[in-house]
Amino acid sequence: MIRSSVLVSGDPLSLSRGAEATKLAIEAELSFYGLEDEVQVGYTGRASRTDMLPLVVVYPEGTVYGPVSPEAGAEIVGEHLYKGRPVEHLQAPGEVATAGIEALGPEGSALTGQKRVVLRRAGSIDPYSIEDYIAEDGYFALGQALGEMTPEGVLETIRDSGLQGRGGAGFPTGLKWSFVAQQSAEKTRYIICNADESEPGTFKDRLIVEGDPHAVLEGMTLAGYAVGADEGWIYIRGEYAMARDILERAISQAEELNLLGDDIFGSGFSFHIHVHAGAGAYICGEETALLESLEGKRGVPRIRPPYPTVRGFRGQPTVVNNVETLANVAPIILNGPEWFRAIGTGRSPGTKVYSMLGDVNAAGLIEAPMGTTLREIIDIYGGGMKGGKAFKAAQTGGASGTIIPSELLDVPMDFTSMRENGVGLGSGALLICDEDTDIVDLAYVLMRFFENESCGKCTPCRVGTAQMLEALDRLRRGMARRADLERLEEIAAYVEVSSFCGLGQAAPVPILTGLRYFREEFESRLRD
Amino acid sequence: MQYEGDLETAAPDPGIDPSIFRFIAFSLSRLSKGVRMEEVLAVTDRVVDAHKADREALVEILREVNDESGHLTREHLRRIAEHTNLPLSEIYSVASFYSLISLEPLGRHVIRFCQDAPCHIAGGREVWEALEQELGIPFGETTFDEQWSLLTTSCIGACAVGPVMMVDGDIYGNLTPEKVREIITRYREADAQDVTPAPQGG
Repeated sequence: MIRSSVLVSGDPLSLSRGAEATKLAIEAELSFYGLEDEVQVGYTGRASRTDMLPLVVVYPEGTVYGPVSPEAGAEIVGEHLYKGRPVEHLQAPGEVATAGIEALGPEGSALTGQKRVVLRRAGSIDPYSIEDYIAEDGYFALGQALGEMTPEGVLETIRDSGLQGRGGAGFPTGLKWSFVAQQSAEKTRYIICNADESEPGTFKDRLIVEGDPHAVLEGMTLAGYAVGADEGWIYIRGEYAMARDILERAISQAEELNLLGDDIFGSGFSFHIHVHAGAGAYICGEETALLESLEGKRGVPRIRPPYPTVRGFRGQPTVVNNVETLANVAPIILNGPEWFRAIGTGRSPGTKVYSMLGDVNAAGLIEAPMGTTLREIIDIYGGGMKGGKAFKAAQTGGASGTIIPSELLDVPMDFTSMRENGVGLGSGALLICDEDTDIVDLAYVLMRFFENESCGKCTPCRVGTAQMLEALDRLRRGMARRADLERLEEIAAYVEVSSFCGLGQAAPVPILTGLRYFREEFESRLRD
Repeated sequence: MQYEGDLETAAPDPGIDPSIFRFIAFSLSRLSKGVRMEEVLAVTDRVVDAHKADREALVEILREVNDESGHLTREHLRRIAEHTNLPLSEIYSVASFYSLISLEPLGRHVIRFCQDAPCHIAGGREVWEALEQELGIPFGETTFDEQWSLLTTSCIGACAVGPVMMVDGDIYGNLTPEKVREIITRYREADAQDVTPAPQGG
């Protein structure tokens, strides 16, 4: 008879800080007290502040301890689980004491009652256990869809919800699916989950997969049902070894229970999912490069159109969706499109998962409704600027994102509003920089990334990124003249319009937005 | 002679740098090492068979052979070409594209240091310099004793604890110059006793 459950954060960072030793110590101590049959111990993904790792959460109380050393783990067993007295001095400070993402949720603020859609399970379930997922409404949406809804009904629901792609571009998901669904019936269709997250500063997809892998599988299966596909592929970054392992286990568990595979729930609908690991190339996050790589080739982008929805994987109609997008699908089917539309803004419904970094007091992963302003995110979720310094700029959406000045702190963050202000939401990375940040140096580092990751297929990007990097290097060393700066702007404009794919088109954006808002700083570095 | 402007005065001729002899000896030793053909065939055949010589699995085949053999030689590529019925040039073009596949021998330990913006603004540059200093090689190189390769990587998604590096499969965060020296020392000591160090601290 299990009466308690102990979850140890088991993401790579926690493991690197000795989570395994902590878990072993807890298990040893449990058997010392003869509690091994009453208390279940498992790993969970992490969705909270990084300075408290490894975290240990004791259920049903939901007490959060952190950081927990092996000795502390033994003490928790003896005091909390054996004697029933929570160990106060080991508990994580008040703000993380509700576990998971609620950790960063403010108490009594305007944002309480915030909806967690994507991360509601991450951090509170064991990602290696399908039972945990099912106990939290897992696979209910799939059952409902296969039992009571037509494929058109599922597609309609996603379209009505207004869900937009969370990979960065914000393309309406329902519309993308309908492009594939309307292809002629004899064509094979594919669902691809883009988990090749490599945008610097972004780690939301990794934590979604590591914390709640079945949510992604269920979303893919629902997508397959909606568009008439019976095969799906997850393209995961080569560097994410643990996430891959979690996904593979989740797939075999789902297959055992016939939640995946042939004739799911006896409905006649079959769906298979394969995992494919990348081998280290940022460009493979671009959907057509991803398809090339999935077919075993160099990951260079294809010309569009035709779009993957018409000719994608193996030349067949293909849906390519981001991890976070797919994790939104099951909750929408379960709760209906109106529920989803009630969160976020009218033009961009739902929530957005952000990875917040840099000069804030509490860095980490948060989920906030679309339309939350950057100021709110920094003040409420991030606990304000580190050391009370002034905000200077934020870099949103990783390297290909934009540099946002303080004037735009109060713009509601959703795809449309950001675009109207000439900036972008991108992948959800938020790199917060304080007054001491050197914008020219930041632009240089961002450009170094692109110069390194350019696949070399087209000249504007291959040569342009190298030239821009060289110019920025001269500028940051104080060796550039006004003519160099003008030339830099000129090249940036060329590269933006003439590059073959999104990588090259995005490469000059940090420079262009940097120059737009911080021109004096660039000019102050000139020699003349 | 006087120069105008910013031209630096020419440095006196330092003579021949003695390290060049070490380099030549090192290069020769590498060439003469030879490739163990039976090993190449065994590993390659096994991996290719497991993937049924499928063209679509080429990236995974290359990566798995790479991970088992440390790096890919011309012989590996030839063998894969034979099995998959693809031209050697095609195999080479795919193999040379991905950063986790190496066509050169790497050291016993491979450090992949994140050089992206979030790690950079968290103090990455000082750590970078400390790594180069401690190992005595610039980024992209392998030490003479073939113990260490110092490579860069793009973001590994551990940004909240930047600067970050991977040593072989393990991630180390919140790095400082002192800390990287300590970590490298730990590996060196473990190697001397021939055990794998337990990663700790983050």
